Amino acid sequence: MKRSWNPGLWAGFVLVLIGFLSYPLFFARFPLTRDFPWANLLILALGLLLIGIGVARAFSRSDQYRGKISGSILAVLALVVTGSFCYGVFAMTRQLPASHGSPHVGELAPDFTLPDSKNNPVTLSALINSPFTPNGSAAAASASGRTAATVLIFYRGYW
Amino acid sequence: MIAISVDTPEQSQHLRETQGYTFPILSDARDEVIRRWDLVHPHGGPDGVDIARPAEFLIDSSGKVRWVNLTGDFRVRARPQQVLAAFDGMNSVDASSVLTRGSNAHGHDDVAVAAGFVSEGAELAGGLLVL
Repeated sequence: MKRSWNPGLWAGFVLVLIGFLSYPLFFARFPLTRDFPWANLLILALGLLLIGIGVARAFSRSDQYRGKISGSILAVLALVVTGSFCYGVFAMTRQLPASHGSPHVGELAPDFTLPDSKNNPVTLSALINSPFTPNGSAAAASASGRTAATVLIFYRGYW
Repeated sequence: MIAISVDTPEQSQHLRETQGYTFPILSDARDEVIRRWDLVHPHGGPDGVDIARPAEFLIDSSGKVRWVNLTGDFRVRARPQQVLAAFDGMNSVDASSVLTRGSNAHGHDDVAVAAGFVSEGAELAGGLLVL
């Protein structure tokens, strides 16, 4: 008797791949799905479930369903992909050293001068005290027309 | 609102033009300020180069730090509402004055722009999270 195809295995594996790749390609763009990757975990879990059902079928009813060998290979691969995702999201991005020397609330921000994107030198203290300009540098202007507050953001770069 | 990264001025200018950012992006290619502020993420960049860890500071007109956000996970950045809430918390300043900011090329309304910068930057960085 010809045994029938075991589609859950393949569908599950495709879902696991989508669950992994859709994070950097799509879900990481939105804070709601980036900060905690619940959407991706859901897709990965669904994929693993389908593979689990497929493998169980292949072994318990091997007279009817194929997939003993391919199912085992796909299951291992899917677990590796899911494990890499969890490592990347829950461990790798948290490997940041402690920062004791960065300015604390209430301290003066250490001054500096750095070139902007047009190679003009920009000094923090000058910026903080600068008069407000509509497309200017600091964050906001007070009623007196001076900068009220500056938001300074450090980025990882390599954009 | 200003940003700092290890990118060169040319790279930052390209980013400003393609994304329509109007805030300045300063270049600290040799990690000098990043090191002095103790914000180095050693070997965090491509090929093991040192880069900055993501961090956000709110500095008042006297140069004092009024709010800090040091993330423990570089995927998770301050959201615009957090920055605006911190700004509102500085009771010596008029919170509504943030409305007087300019707009970016997308023509969003002003609060959203000032706030949107934070999330857009974060989103970008998040988008580059290919492992």
